[in-house]
Amino acid sequence: MNEAVPKPPPGGSGRLLPPDSGRDRPLFLVAAILVFLACIAALGARGAWVQAQTWTSDLESSLTIQIRPVEERDTDADARTAAEIARGMDGVREATARTREHAVALLSPWLGENNLPDDLPLPLMVEVELDPRTVRAGTFAPDALQARLDEAGLAATVDDHSRWASAVRRAARTAQTLGLALLALVAGAAAAVVAFAARASLAARIDVIDALHLCGAEDGFIAGLFQRRFFMLGLKSGATGAVFAGLVSILVSVGGSPADMAFFLPQWAADPFEIILLALAPLLAGLTAAVSARLAVASDLRGRW
Amino acid sequence: MTASPHSDPEPVVRFDNVGMRYGRGPEILRDLSFDLPRGSFQFLTGPSGAGKTSLLKLIYLSAKPSRGLVSFFGRDAATLPRKELPDLRRRIGVVFQEFRLLNHLSVFDNVALPLRVAGRKRSDYAEDVAELLAWVGLGNRMTALPPTLSGGEQQRVAIARAVVGQPEILIADEPTGNVDPEMGMRLLRLFAELNKLGTTIVIATHDLQLVRMVDAPVMTLSNGHLHIRPPRSQRQREAEAREAEGREALDAVSRGDAGKAGDGDTEARDE
Repeated sequence: MNEAVPKPPPGGSGRLLPPDSGRDRPLFLVAAILVFLACIAALGARGAWVQAQTWTSDLESSLTIQIRPVEERDTDADARTAAEIARGMDGVREATARTREHAVALLSPWLGENNLPDDLPLPLMVEVELDPRTVRAGTFAPDALQARLDEAGLAATVDDHSRWASAVRRAARTAQTLGLALLALVAGAAAAVVAFAARASLAARIDVIDALHLCGAEDGFIAGLFQRRFFMLGLKSGATGAVFAGLVSILVSVGGSPADMAFFLPQWAADPFEIILLALAPLLAGLTAAVSARLAVASDLRGRW
Repeated sequence: MTASPHSDPEPVVRFDNVGMRYGRGPEILRDLSFDLPRGSFQFLTGPSGAGKTSLLKLIYLSAKPSRGLVSFFGRDAATLPRKELPDLRRRIGVVFQEFRLLNHLSVFDNVALPLRVAGRKRSDYAEDVAELLAWVGLGNRMTALPPTLSGGEQQRVAIARAVVGQPEILIADEPTGNVDPEMGMRLLRLFAELNKLGTTIVIATHDLQLVRMVDAPVMTLSNGHLHIRPPRSQRQREAEAREAEGREALDAVSRGDAGKAGDGDTEARDE
């Protein structure tokens, strides 16, 4: 018995909750997968939004004038006149009249070369490109152009693509809503899983909890132990999930995807939003886990005396 | 000092008609009424299954009575707000029969646990804990983990943990069950020392030799009922008093004056 020189052992205090990494491993995996899915959903929603933005601005920055063939009139000349009138409008950058050859070329994939009789009446197009500033300001009025064309006595119709633009915007909104809903669902699932795991962990460690309780530990003290543990777990699995989500979206972007699929796939644009999202994901996962674990443990402890 | 019903105006623990059952089972403790006066020392004995551990659980706030009143430091346990329990528990040290050490923590950390949960800093208590461990003969095992210790060593760790916070009440369930008689004596001296410093002590034991070594009341549980035998010195005094009374009565009778006898102490309730 060494009674003479009592010296406390060096180093810090041991962790009050025993490490149970073996038990935590499946939870780590589940949390990482959930964070991964959440990141993919967020990146997808973001991708859809960016995609829709580009498409709608493309659509809105141009419009077309359709010149209907009318007997006894020179459609080509009418198209040139229409282009002239369009050029004269404020906010129009360029107006190009497409010739009959152009119209024939457009039809050739369906009707073949040289199968069209020369006197077949064909509608012609005038492509009008708007000044981007006007588009952004939304001051260009297709109706005014239509009125001028009517005044000139042209059989012309202005199509400003707004039908298409609004359809694209609707689709983008749907994709975004879907993405955010997925995000919310995944976050809820993560919180529930962590709450479940925290309760299980509490039950598995009831000996420790009893000892702490009888030593006079407050509920907050015990809940804090679990909170710290699950915060770290959330942080780690969050980081893992976020890294994988980043890798996947880079792979998708590098690999290229068909345009119709690209709408819902996460696209890596290497912009600050993505970096911030992926950097915040582990933190958010950690916080979600911590709060969820704390609430679960505190509610369980309240049931004990 | 006795553990007789409500003799102390301000006991640390008071039981009043306490009954206890688990779930819908039979009542295992019945009509317990006693006080643990401040600074008292008592043994608790009784056959296994008599409810000793259940009674201790009531005293260390691990169970609630099914009926009756248990009060600590003058406060009814049943109406105590939950958030005041930790503070109350810190004033009670417990040595569990099965020790309940945390196997993943070192001996030092186990003993320091009550101080740690009370929010004290390691630098504040490290010396005290080390000194206490040396005192119970574990000065060279401070970094050991409990599973590597013998039963006796674990028991001493449990005792050190129970007393490190200088509790006002110390409850020990078979604290000498796993140690040799010499260490048993040493631990008993530790308890006596604490008692001298004002700690109220309850020791549950089967060891009659231990009981005989201290002049203290003995609470005996059997069939859920509690009997309290006053300390030996009191019983002797009472016996002497009775003897004296008897002599006086005899003298009186012999003097032809029998009316004054019989107003002695009626509080002694021996079994």
